Amino acid sequence: MAPTNHTKARELLAIGTEAPDFTLNSTPDQKVSLSDFRGRPVVLVFYPADWSPVCGDQVALYNEMLAEFTESNAQLLGISVDGAWCHLAFAKDRRLHFPLLADFEPKGEVSRKYGAYHDDQGESARALFVIDANGIIRWNHLSPDGVNPGADGILRALDALTPEERGSATAGSTS
Amino acid sequence: MTAVDASSTLTPPVSDSDHAQGAGNAKVTLVEYGDYECSYCGRAYPIVKQLQQALGTQLRFVFRNFPLSQSHPHALHAAIAAETVGVKSEDAFWGMHDALYEHQNALDDEDLARYAAALGVPASEVINAFAGGSEVKRVRADFRGGVRSGVNGTPTFFVNGERYDGNWTDVESFASVLRSAAKSHRPRTS
Repeated sequence: MAPTNHTKARELLAIGTEAPDFTLNSTPDQKVSLSDFRGRPVVLVFYPADWSPVCGDQVALYNEMLAEFTESNAQLLGISVDGAWCHLAFAKDRRLHFPLLADFEPKGEVSRKYGAYHDDQGESARALFVIDANGIIRWNHLSPDGVNPGADGILRALDALTPEERGSATAGSTS
Repeated sequence: MTAVDASSTLTPPVSDSDHAQGAGNAKVTLVEYGDYECSYCGRAYPIVKQLQQALGTQLRFVFRNFPLSQSHPHALHAAIAAETVGVKSEDAFWGMHDALYEHQNALDDEDLARYAAALGVPASEVINAFAGGSEVKRVRADFRGGVRSGVNGTPTFFVNGERYDGNWTDVESFASVLRSAAKSHRPRTS
């Protein structure tokens, strides 16, 4: 699929900076904060939209890899500007087993903080972050909207974390 | 975007433990990461057959498992069933591989057991394999290797170890890519 020519997202938040905390709805009546996962690495997946073909392939791939992420003690979180009810229907349809967060109100606020927002489209960019157990960004990647970034980069970034960055004292205690 | 993405290299490389059609010293090795329930892989199935005809002995074809089991509820068991049949012989594996792609709408456990039985593998062996064992481990290992190699959906092809991101739906253009890979092939010295 050809990469699209939309304006580039602003610079992604840089490696080595502290990941801004946020609290977003994961379901219509549940909220999730980034700080809930302090002590474990977090894989933060910004994507343009539920239901779109490339996003569907991308989240389906990550959904199959939850065991691998768990081995690295890591939590996977998806974020788009879709509302919580939309996420609920999408997750049910695709049998997703990780949280999809709604960057819905104010729209795109968290995506903007991470430099992962397309102003002209009003959607999150296709951006990946690996955040360590201390809340520091250790890896980032921005894909063209039409390109599924896969998971090899995420796995290499998780492999590169030190035991301390991985919070491995608690490895295996969560699933 | 170039047709072959240099950053996505097949890991692990093709070895004797892979399921392969064609000689190990063929000039081109085409690897497919596939899912037996994926409709795109179903479309690729006859195309690969045509490529094999077009390239003849120049081509070795290798199949590795990449079941998206949450999207395709029959894909994991189908992959395990093919690996179980493959323990009997390579011919049986490819017979199962073909049977699965030719019956993508009938991949319930009973169907899988029936196809296996037709290839001389008792249904009970297939059913038992679903519960876990070396075939499940192999499918899982294929999947992990695929992810590490940059597979992000199915089918994903590798040409002589490099991911092929070009068009695979047109037999002629894919065949010409393979032919030019054959021309630039250097025999391994090891």
